Amino acid sequence: MSQTSDYAIEVRGLKKQLGGKEVLRGVDLSICRGETMVIIGQSGCGKSVLLKHIVGLHYPDDGEVFIDGKPLNGVSSAERLALLSEFGMLFQGAALFDSLTIAENVVFRHIQSRRYSQKEMDRIVDEKLEMVGLSGVAHLKPAELSGGMQKRVGLARAIAADPKFILYDEPTTGLDPIMADQINDLILHMKDMLNVTSIAVTHDMVSAYKISDRISMLYQGEVIETDTPERIQRSKNPYVRQFIRGEAYGPITTVRPFGRTAPSGTKGGKHETPQ
Amino acid sequence: MIRFVGAKTLDFVTQLGEIALLLMETVRNIFRRPFPRRNFFEQIVKIGWNSIPVTFFTAISTGAILALQTGYAMMSNVKGTEHFVGGVVALSVTRELGPILCAIMIAGRAGSGITAEIGTMKVTEQIDALVTLSANPVHYLIVPRVLAGVIVLPLLTLFTDLVAILGGMLVAFLEMGLNEAQYIETTLRMLTISDINNGLIKSVVFGLLITLIASFEGFRTKGGAEGVGKSTTRSVVMICMSILFFDYVLTSLLTTNF
Repeated sequence: MSQTSDYAIEVRGLKKQLGGKEVLRGVDLSICRGETMVIIGQSGCGKSVLLKHIVGLHYPDDGEVFIDGKPLNGVSSAERLALLSEFGMLFQGAALFDSLTIAENVVFRHIQSRRYSQKEMDRIVDEKLEMVGLSGVAHLKPAELSGGMQKRVGLARAIAADPKFILYDEPTTGLDPIMADQINDLILHMKDMLNVTSIAVTHDMVSAYKISDRISMLYQGEVIETDTPERIQRSKNPYVRQFIRGEAYGPITTVRPFGRTAPSGTKGGKHETPQ
Repeated sequence: MIRFVGAKTLDFVTQLGEIALLLMETVRNIFRRPFPRRNFFEQIVKIGWNSIPVTFFTAISTGAILALQTGYAMMSNVKGTEHFVGGVVALSVTRELGPILCAIMIAGRAGSGITAEIGTMKVTEQIDALVTLSANPVHYLIVPRVLAGVIVLPLLTLFTDLVAILGGMLVAFLEMGLNEAQYIETTLRMLTISDINNGLIKSVVFGLLITLIASFEGFRTKGGAEGVGKSTTRSVVMICMSILFFDYVLTSLLTTNF
């Protein structure tokens, strides 16, 4: 089909209700080939849910996700699996399988397929661990590593099968600033070396500016602005401005995950922040 | 109040439906290649081999207590019937106590373990990670557990039967001083192969119930450590209740047929 879009990943009108709450209310997002898109937004705004739709962990109520112009939902499970096998995902808590060794985690996909010799898999383990700057840990169990190291292993596992797309769910959350910056460098490094298209979800603005080609802000289940980091920083949108500057007071007030409104009159600044 | 009962009932029926669907999904995945060999053998060890000490202890004390209770009851009520203790112990154990006690012990030991493990994988996104790595969680996690349960439970039940009968003998001979030959004679005379078989058929069903419900509860775990704790508790309760329920159903089916 020649009408395949120029976009690597395209999300159109995505809607999803979870537990009776409208988490996504019609998200439109297009990601170009080779670009790193960072999705920002508050905790509970639906960023991770959006990411999980793109990687096929959720099925949308309405709308569609296109991967290289091909729809992800409503196709045969073989087609779906083929599309999804192009993805590598780094989870927030790394999500390493704790009963397996680091090496077995990295080549999990290869072991399951039973199409690789031990020798080939050893080579892949060494190569991928080296890419994320780890060595000598292959025989350890995940629990023996620090949080930052676990994330690196998670990244090594995500890139083990040479994906075309890498998704990062809060890559720097829970890490100290130095470790966070090392992960940022790794993400940039992955992009240069593997020529992949990436989407990262974060609320860490330092990380967002550093790794992104474009930034998209999600607010109350909708994309409210998408632009380059430079232009986002100069955005006129009051919601975006409040978020990227991390201000407690502004138009964004209703943020509790269960849909309750924040105490009224927050604008007046009753709380502890000195004015 | 009525609304509460109605909601609970609806909940329960939905759950039964979901468990049935999971069972179908599991059966379909049993035949998918490659078979998760390694996980399967791991589960055989975890559910079966590691449960031997606890089943041994349960069985030997059950047999011993049963012999003691029935023995003294017979001696004090109908003189001269005490050598029937052998038969009574053998029948109660093989038909009923062996399968059910063994299943309840395994529910507590392995069922809780399965729910806690899968539940933790769920809340730490490891199940999601499986999917993104092109692995089917049912195929990778549930198939090995259910198969191991169905194979291991009858074996453990057979072991329980043997040890319990042995426990009964020990008490009968050493403590109560019953006649060995008579005791063994009543045991062999009253016990038929169908008693043992019926017990084993039950245990296959119990093995399925334990592993399937435990996996189901693991998969629907939500929230953090608290969620894992809750679903583990619920899992053991659900398993025990369903074991008792199916025990009745199977007993009535099996005894009318034979």
